[in-house]
Amino acid sequence: MTTTNGGAALIKALELEGVDTIFGLPGGAILPVYDPILDSPIRHVLVRHEQGAGHMAEGYALSTGRPGVAMVTSGPAATNIVTPLCNAYMDSTPLVVITGQVGTPAIGTDAFQECDTVGITRSVTKHNELVTRAADIPMVIRQAFHIATTGRPGPVLVDIPKDIVDPNNPAAHFEWYWPTDDEVSASLPGYKPTIKGHPRKIKDAAEMTLEATRPVIYAGGGILKARAAEALREFAELTDIPVVTTLMARGAFPDDHELCLGMPGMHGNYTAVTAMQRADLLIALGSRFDDRITGRLDGFAPDAKIIHVDIDPAELGKVRRPDVPIVGDCRQVIEELNKVIHKHLDGGREFPDRSEWRSQISGWQETHPLTFEQSAPGELLKPQYVLEQLRERAPEDCIVASGVGQHQMWTSQFWHFTHPYTWVNSGGLGTMGFSVPAAIGAKAGRPDRMVWAVDGDGCFQMTAQELVTASTERIPIKVAILNNAYLGMVRQWQEMFYEERYSEVYLSPDLPDYVKWAEAMGCVAMRVESPEEVGPAIDKANQINDRPVVIEFRTDSAEKVYPMVPSGKTNDDIVVDPTQPDPVGRNSGATR
Amino acid sequence: MSAAPRYHVLSVLVENRAGVLARVANLFARRGYNIYSLAVAPTDDENFSRITVVVDVESAPLEQVVKQLNKLINVIKISELDPRDSVERELMMLTVKAPPGTRSEILELAGLFDASVIDVGVAELTMSLDDTPQRLDDLEALLRPHGIVDLQRTGRVALPRLDHAAH
Repeated sequence: MTTTNGGAALIKALELEGVDTIFGLPGGAILPVYDPILDSPIRHVLVRHEQGAGHMAEGYALSTGRPGVAMVTSGPAATNIVTPLCNAYMDSTPLVVITGQVGTPAIGTDAFQECDTVGITRSVTKHNELVTRAADIPMVIRQAFHIATTGRPGPVLVDIPKDIVDPNNPAAHFEWYWPTDDEVSASLPGYKPTIKGHPRKIKDAAEMTLEATRPVIYAGGGILKARAAEALREFAELTDIPVVTTLMARGAFPDDHELCLGMPGMHGNYTAVTAMQRADLLIALGSRFDDRITGRLDGFAPDAKIIHVDIDPAELGKVRRPDVPIVGDCRQVIEELNKVIHKHLDGGREFPDRSEWRSQISGWQETHPLTFEQSAPGELLKPQYVLEQLRERAPEDCIVASGVGQHQMWTSQFWHFTHPYTWVNSGGLGTMGFSVPAAIGAKAGRPDRMVWAVDGDGCFQMTAQELVTASTERIPIKVAILNNAYLGMVRQWQEMFYEERYSEVYLSPDLPDYVKWAEAMGCVAMRVESPEEVGPAIDKANQINDRPVVIEFRTDSAEKVYPMVPSGKTNDDIVVDPTQPDPVGRNSGATR
Repeated sequence: MSAAPRYHVLSVLVENRAGVLARVANLFARRGYNIYSLAVAPTDDENFSRITVVVDVESAPLEQVVKQLNKLINVIKISELDPRDSVERELMMLTVKAPPGTRSEILELAGLFDASVIDVGVAELTMSLDDTPQRLDDLEALLRPHGIVDLQRTGRVALPRLDHAAH
């Protein structure tokens, strides 16, 4: 038996959970835990703002599949990390966040840097816990990792009062123990995620899949959480059914696969949106019928039957009632489904003739590909051109992170994702400022990969200070700022839906001076204004591996993201690029 | 009772520990649903508590709330108790004006309901009644004309009705 104290036990528990990196920033209440970090093999990345720590932990988790860990102090540090917690909760990203708290005798007295952290974060975490006894720390940490990474993953916060980690407090000392898996399970009597799908439902799903004439696989982020990309590919190829990959599922199915239709939704491509809309069967795998996917719900995929597979029972029937609901882990369910379908096919069963469906789809792909008009010499850059160049000049397993807005949609549209866990973005919450810290976290987790952050000028200004972290910690990410001097997506809505009355969206192209700013933060910085400079600048950036690089691209603010399903409209009312023909077969009476 | 009730009674078995009630209440609060009544106490096993909560919600959104409740780590089990298939009790304590002129009339009412008089003042009486929520409503209505000074109800507790037919 070894005697330990709360602080040392906390760090040891993190080591035993396999943590190799903590993103954090110390302060008064968490001080005793920062002392044992000096003697730990865990790498601590010192951030410049606690929000950065949270997003870095998310980027780490999204690129590695392992839980991200952030540690900050009490009060304002805890409130600063609420946004990343909510972001991770919305996108089901596994995080363990440790916050310091004032000593137990001071809790509830409005002590210095005290806030009700578990109260504030209750609705943005999968679970949270205030620890009141040092001896509980090993169990609570084990529970936190177990809860964060199993079932539907999500963020777990552990709030730790200063006195129970203070080695000078006799009450903080206890006999070290490490709970077994069984003890962890027994300590959580209300937590038993369903992993295995119901065999009868899987049979029903197979039957429905074998009968459909216009089926579409609607793959969501759950595929990546369940590590089901291979199973999905086998399922799609076995059944010869086209796949749409949602914003959260980009990379879960390779974009260069002939069955891949790309991203559906508000800014999805015409074929993905329309194929879902006309389908007679949607096979929803780890997706949640988000409003950005369905458009106006009463007009969404009107003829489609629904098979819905999700590990979270609360998702089934939340938005659209499924014909076959299956609760379970996506990978396990898809593998079972593959087996059942294989058996049918081996027994001589055949799919119905789907040639008409296939030709309809390829017709849409032909008439309505993603497109943009190249800028003429002397004009500002087209953001899509910059993205094409970035994509062509980066290795295919490059990880790309984005913020939120037009640049995010263009990146999702124009990047070719061929590997899972190469796309790091803020989907559900839509957190501006996500990309720079998330890219740093991704690079810390995958130092072997090139990591590009594609950012807007509005987003960049929210979290750019983390480039100081990247410089000092030698985390050489690359940042492409698409500087159109506007809050571009808001500008696009004001142009299209508010009679071009631009309210509070102009940001200025020159203020701040992004090159000087990036250089001041220890980065190599470049400004690119004309098309011929784009490629060479990117190539130069790709060769720099000892520090972060920032390229500011001056882009055309008039450029809009197409296609677009206007808010409140059905997916039939999709607005395509003005250079393309109006979609045929549009419901009569639909307004533009 | 014949008509389907518009309120719903949920019996929620939870871990008996700090913060659990707040987590449960939060799921109703974030949707703007009012909790009509609430009763919480440990079960025969001290590690668990049973929360009986009455909410005025339509069935469809309630189904979603129940699923969300099930996701809470500290929630063990949830059952919706249809008042037609459950036995319910609630306790009410009530102080009513009872001057000498009406005191005997009030005591007669109390006797009819099997309510107990638990405190007697110069011109007031406090009585308690544990019965079905409907009977509590009835007594309250009958005493209201006399002037109710104070009233406290516990919120209902309920358990499923047992099988009556022999197998």
